[in-house]
Amino acid sequence: MSVNIRIQHALKKYGSNVIIPDLNLDIREGEFFTLLGPSGCGKTTLLRMIAGFNSIEGGDFYFNETRINDLDPSRRNIGMVFQNYAVFPHYSVRKNVEFGLTNKHMPKSQIHTQADRFLKLMQIDGLADRMPDRLSGGQQQRVALARALCIEPQVLLMDEPLSNLDAKLRVEMRTVIKHIQHDVGITTVYVTHDQEEAMAVSDRIAVMNGGVIQHVGTPKNLYQRPANLFVANFIGRSNQMQGKMVIENGQTMVVLPNGNKVAIHNVRPECAKEQDVIISLRPEELLLSRDASAGLIRAKVDDAVFLGLNTHYFVTMETGEEA
Amino acid sequence: MERKKRDVWSVISVFFLLLFLLILIYPLFGILRQSVYSDQGELSLAQFTKFFSNPYYTITITNSAKVTLVVTLVTLLIGIPFSYFYSFYRLKGAKFLFVISILCCMSAPFIGAYSWIMLLGRSGVITQFLKNYLGIDIGNIYGFGGITLVQSLKLFPLVFIYMNGAFKNIDNSLMEASANMGCTGVKRFFRIVMNLSMPTILAAALIVFMRAIADFGTPLLIGEGYRTFPVEIYSQYLGENGTNHNFAAAISVIAILVTAVVFFFQKWATGKYKFSINSLHPVEKKKPKGIAGVLMYVYCYGLCAIAFLPQVYIIYLSFRNVNGMVFKDGFSLVNYETIISKKRLLLGRSITNTLYQSIAALAIIIIFAILIAYLVVRRRSMMNNTIDTMSMLPYIMPGSVIGIALIMSFGPAPFGLTGTMLIMILSMVIRRMPYTIRSATATLMQIPISTEEAAISLGSSKLKTFIKVTVPMMSSGILSGAVLSWVSIVTELSSSIMLYNNKTINLTMSTYIAISNGSYGPACAFASILTAVTTLVLVAYLAISKSEDIRM
Repeated sequence: MSVNIRIQHALKKYGSNVIIPDLNLDIREGEFFTLLGPSGCGKTTLLRMIAGFNSIEGGDFYFNETRINDLDPSRRNIGMVFQNYAVFPHYSVRKNVEFGLTNKHMPKSQIHTQADRFLKLMQIDGLADRMPDRLSGGQQQRVALARALCIEPQVLLMDEPLSNLDAKLRVEMRTVIKHIQHDVGITTVYVTHDQEEAMAVSDRIAVMNGGVIQHVGTPKNLYQRPANLFVANFIGRSNQMQGKMVIENGQTMVVLPNGNKVAIHNVRPECAKEQDVIISLRPEELLLSRDASAGLIRAKVDDAVFLGLNTHYFVTMETGEEA
Repeated sequence: MERKKRDVWSVISVFFLLLFLLILIYPLFGILRQSVYSDQGELSLAQFTKFFSNPYYTITITNSAKVTLVVTLVTLLIGIPFSYFYSFYRLKGAKFLFVISILCCMSAPFIGAYSWIMLLGRSGVITQFLKNYLGIDIGNIYGFGGITLVQSLKLFPLVFIYMNGAFKNIDNSLMEASANMGCTGVKRFFRIVMNLSMPTILAAALIVFMRAIADFGTPLLIGEGYRTFPVEIYSQYLGENGTNHNFAAAISVIAILVTAVVFFFQKWATGKYKFSINSLHPVEKKKPKGIAGVLMYVYCYGLCAIAFLPQVYIIYLSFRNVNGMVFKDGFSLVNYETIISKKRLLLGRSITNTLYQSIAALAIIIIFAILIAYLVVRRRSMMNNTIDTMSMLPYIMPGSVIGIALIMSFGPAPFGLTGTMLIMILSMVIRRMPYTIRSATATLMQIPISTEEAAISLGSSKLKTFIKVTVPMMSSGILSGAVLSWVSIVTELSSSIMLYNNKTINLTMSTYIAISNGSYGPACAFASILTAVTTLVLVAYLAISKSEDIRM
């Protein structure tokens, strides 16, 4: 049983220090939703407000039509996965997974079968009787996930669950998480500062900075049509140039630093006026060419970094800007 | 301000606040009140004037301070090299050295003093041997020298244990980096190792200082003319030549002030050395080589042998024949028979009382420590910080001061606790609680809160989470503290001596009384049993835990 999550005018402060001034968000039922942002942007704070571990200073949080602001964390029916896994060190794997079920006053046999189901799902049924200190990081993460899902929560919350794993395992585990989430179909809120990870797993992403949501959208939308400069720089790499917007014959044009003009068709009407603009360009959209014909921007290659799949060039352009 | 929800923890906070007001603040206040009454019962500072105007009294404080400072210095001087060799070199029998040094510092304080008298005193075996066969006169060990000897040998293991922890945290790359820059050997030891360990050295110095200054048994037995203030408090309160409760209270107040000054000075000094080390690569132990290696072995084993000698000698004496105050040739179990059968079943009563008191006190301490650690770490608030600060008060109160504070406050009606088990247990709880609370708090701080949050998000109630998740995770840290607490409770003398009576007498008290009565045979037998019991518990604990992570 999944729910949608509605957050209206959320306010969080520690003393007089405002972390989240006024935040609105709608997370759809069954969706894999990621809060992405640099450290200190308030993403974990928001997640912990949903979980009930942080107090809510203002605004309303809803699971479907139920307001959860004053609901005790233990009654919100949430599955949570923590950065450090938070596996109970004094319980075996099975006991860990069964812990949540024992709080639901289920019959013993049912607890056992339910736990088995999720141990199998996470492919840790062979480790059921091990103690956590004899598990690797990846295995502990699977235990934490099995434990969280086992109680069949309304919402799954994950707080940077992969940041303690090594790079290879991280890639492997994020595929696991995505598949499981898809199979179970549970509304999931995922927190990370790693944009590649966010792109890989999410249906939708909210980019946060300074407690404010900058942009909510699909990974593709975020990358190709970032809402602002912060998002453009945070998601992928981006080069900036100073330019001008002009309107000629009813056609919106952008003037590049070397005087070239490019027609742009998808400018919002209210923004289509003559003004200075910043042009943000993805590196892969800039092509190096030996052709010295007019209209191209001349540049000097300062450095080249070969990465196998592609090569990064660092160039200084004739206008003095670096890309 | 946000409104905090009331729950079971708020009730527990209030409980501790009231309890500590009753058992800590009220006795402290009681002693303060007693100290400001003159002999005629008028409100005045006459007691303090009397103390400070008469060198006969002021000398007790200066004596205490002098001998304690020297003892602290000596323990650092012998303990730090010992720990350095132990931590940086692969010594054979290291575990053995470790166990022996723990046993040394865990013995009852006055047994060492008594044994050294038997060895080096006026008619001690070593004294006699040297005089008769080699013509050497080792002079007088009573007084300043004797106290320094006994306390240093008993307390250096504290420095050893503290420093082991510090040395283990020094990252090898720091050592390598300094070697890279041309700083090695002795220079590196002082510039890098010592500086990095400074906070720990100060912490060790403080605990040695507090133990030494509050020690009552050692100066009483071996001090003779060298009068220290714990003994003075005792003789003013219970002594043979006229008691003066108000005056005893005044000395107590002065003593607390002295220890408080030292305590805050140490805090201030520690604040100057604030840094944290990421120790990813502990220093790898080297194999000791050459003459230096031999000297290391001689030093470590020699030190342990000397420190452990008194206990061995006491056990040896306990099997000797005895006639009154004089040990005779030949061996038998006569001393044990005496204490088992003759002294009105004193041994049986002592053992039962010891177990009863120590286990009850320990149980209370552990429960208090866990609850208070939780309040302080997980529920920060004004009230809980106050509770934390109050719980630290006994740290600066010497045992004998706690003893008389308790009688003064809880002896008279409406409490009437004099001579009861309850007051004995209470004094043990108060004396040992700060240490256990410290170690419980440190343990809980290292446990990430997310584990408890995971339990709550899985639908577990707060209380269930505390019992099923928090407490089990704290248990290993608590246990290591608890074993040592138990041993120190069992060997506690300085406040028990004010509070015990024939009904509530325990092993430590029986030993002490036998010594002061001059029935040396039974005294040795009692002491041996005490040593055997504590040794057994410690060795069993060390064997089970396999860890050397011991917190005092």
